Amino acid sequence: MSKPQPTIELRTSPHIKSAPTVEQIMRNVVFALLPISAFAVYEFGISALALILTVTGSCLLTEHLFNRAGEKPNSLRDWSAAITGLLLALTLPPGFPLWMGVVAGFVAIALGKVLFGGLGFNVFNPALVGRAFVQAAFPVAITTWTPPLAPGRFLEFIPSTLTAPFMTPPSVAAWSHHAVDAFSGATPLGLWKFQGIVVSTSDLFTGMSAGSAGETSALLILVCGAYLAARRMMDWRIPAAMLGTAALTALAFRLFGGSHYPTPLFVLFSGGLMLGALFMATDMVASPLTPLGVWIYGAVMGFITVIIRYFGGLPEGVMYAILLGNALSPLIALITQPRVYGARRERSKP
Amino acid sequence: MTLLKWFGRKSFSHGVHPQEHKDGTAHRAIRRLPFAPRMIVPLAQHIGKPSRPLVKVGEEVLRGQLIAEADGFMSVPQHAPATGVVEAIELMPSAQGPRVRSIVIKVYEASSQEVLCDQSQDVDNLDPDAIVQAVQASGLVGLGGAAFPSHVKLKVPAEHAIHTLVVNGCECEPFLTTDHRVMLEQTDDLIRGTRYAMRVVGAKRAVIGVEDNKMDAVETIRARLPADGNISVEAVETKYPQGSEKMLITSLLGLEVPSGGHTFHIGVVVNNVGTLAAMGQLLPRGRGLIERVVTVAGPGVSKPGNYRVPIGTPLRYLLGYAGFSGSAAEVILGGPMMGNAIASLDVPVTKGVSGVLVLSSNAIGQPRTVHPCIKCGQCVSACPIHLNPSQLGLLAAKREYDLMAEDFHLKDCIECGCCSFVCPSSIPLVQYFRIAKSVLRERAA
Repeated sequence: MSKPQPTIELRTSPHIKSAPTVEQIMRNVVFALLPISAFAVYEFGISALALILTVTGSCLLTEHLFNRAGEKPNSLRDWSAAITGLLLALTLPPGFPLWMGVVAGFVAIALGKVLFGGLGFNVFNPALVGRAFVQAAFPVAITTWTPPLAPGRFLEFIPSTLTAPFMTPPSVAAWSHHAVDAFSGATPLGLWKFQGIVVSTSDLFTGMSAGSAGETSALLILVCGAYLAARRMMDWRIPAAMLGTAALTALAFRLFGGSHYPTPLFVLFSGGLMLGALFMATDMVASPLTPLGVWIYGAVMGFITVIIRYFGGLPEGVMYAILLGNALSPLIALITQPRVYGARRERSKP
Repeated sequence: MTLLKWFGRKSFSHGVHPQEHKDGTAHRAIRRLPFAPRMIVPLAQHIGKPSRPLVKVGEEVLRGQLIAEADGFMSVPQHAPATGVVEAIELMPSAQGPRVRSIVIKVYEASSQEVLCDQSQDVDNLDPDAIVQAVQASGLVGLGGAAFPSHVKLKVPAEHAIHTLVVNGCECEPFLTTDHRVMLEQTDDLIRGTRYAMRVVGAKRAVIGVEDNKMDAVETIRARLPADGNISVEAVETKYPQGSEKMLITSLLGLEVPSGGHTFHIGVVVNNVGTLAAMGQLLPRGRGLIERVVTVAGPGVSKPGNYRVPIGTPLRYLLGYAGFSGSAAEVILGGPMMGNAIASLDVPVTKGVSGVLVLSSNAIGQPRTVHPCIKCGQCVSACPIHLNPSQLGLLAAKREYDLMAEDFHLKDCIECGCCSFVCPSSIPLVQYFRIAKSVLRERAA
């Protein structure tokens, strides 16, 4: 035996693969969220930074603990828990108390993901499950807004950020007034809905307004989303359908309902619509697979967003619209099964 | 103009664009391979019943001599690939896995390439049934890889009128260039074979479909087409699996083969260019199929090319001639999308082998971790049959085979592998479907 026999492998066809792997897709989504996170930190300072790190850490730790408890392989390397953490943090108010952020992260992974069976089996977008939970549990904290670009934001925390666990956060109204003159404590959507004040579209586009940590700059979100779409790691049809429908619905209201309804551009660039449409509605697991279904899914969410904004008790409706879209997704997929090659027109299933 | 050309190119919907890897061999003319010292001719190298041997151990055979006869209509005969003596008739390793009864011929060293057994016939004056018999007598099977007996395919049930013969020159699998070379070098054989096939099936016209990465073949064929205009050649989009019968019919004619049906149900018969060129070459001389063109390619061979290989040549001999370095991650018979990896180099080249690929670990990549399906929909957008491979994959994991067939059209799957090719979770979808189909077949039997 001079040398070992060379071995050849036996694999099943196809022997070549094209696709980016799950890790690559997820990692790129994280990359696409990093500029948005960085802008949040620029705009809201160290409170936003602390919030992003805490919530993401909470998500990763929760996933890790459940893996340990369930004796499952390490799933942190697929990056999906990191996406949930980043997205969740970006949808929270910048001064959101950190301990509440930990709760949100835990709920997102535990109830939104692990309970359903982990990656690939979640019915709802886990980040939004976490956010819906804290919206119900901490209604005041999640609607407490702080001004963007406050001086000294890199040196001091927003007072509510460091609230001790299980304590009610202090009011930040006085702090906000002190930091930025005449800050009203409302988001552009809130201003429009409750006070009839319309923030300029260009401020919304570039992100110079109050709001959740990562939702303010429509421009930046569009650029980051375009990166993913260009690398074919995001289905562009979903945001296209959702934003298009939202704009059309808003246009219809403005044309036929009167000029107290905002312009379609205001609707598109305010609140969480842009972040939701590009990064949350596009959660592959919770969206339908069929080509026609994708358009319907996006359209339903865009329409519901506007209806909630106009007629609901809350100024913002993106979160519930997407959760509702997630819930409808299996049904949409079922009724939009494409015709299989060579089959006669699909007879309806009994 | 270019844009117009691209938009106008005939095609089907969905499919994938794997890297072509054809540059290494496409320009290399077909070269004849010398005889291996020992040939292994399996009696079952086609779909259908194995052939029955007509020779005994120790008997001398001439190159081209009939050595095994067809066992019924769904079977083909075998011919001796070289002059020599029958050494054994026994079970030998085969590419399919189980050992197959084979005729082993020890080749005489001075064996000539001349075919000694032929009997010219005037095919143009034969009636269709006689041509079908002549095709069966030649031992011809589908050379595109299916190895389905050609005469069976040409024998269309009488109640189906055939309007078009589709000639498949797509060769959509990466690496493979045999059909390309045959179209360039055996153009007249191809056209002659096409005319025979048209006469047998009663088709008024024939369309030769060629992927647009082989425009030289399109031009070459077009220049030789007969003046009557019944045969035409069309470029179709270069896209996998354009060479699947169903896809090519849709691309060229806009027709769909009905689910569960045959191409003749819509008046079409499809044949591969290699098969028809062989028919055009063999029939007038009354010869049997004793060699075929094989692409040998991949990073593991230093002399890649297109070789005219005697049927029965052991792979080890062929690869040695092509400069096999001795190390390979995988050796594949056929193309990388649908071909089979083989476990041993001691198996022979059979009638259905269109290519031998020697791939390095670079070419096939490290084995990937399988993740859960993330419902990204890549497979849905890739499946040329418009199935839902994602859903089928989830059901396969739960062994819901009946549900897969009843509600999700499993039986329409053509096993092209597009779904597995694009899956980011690296789920072996098409392999699941093959297993599911074979389990269902077994249950039905």
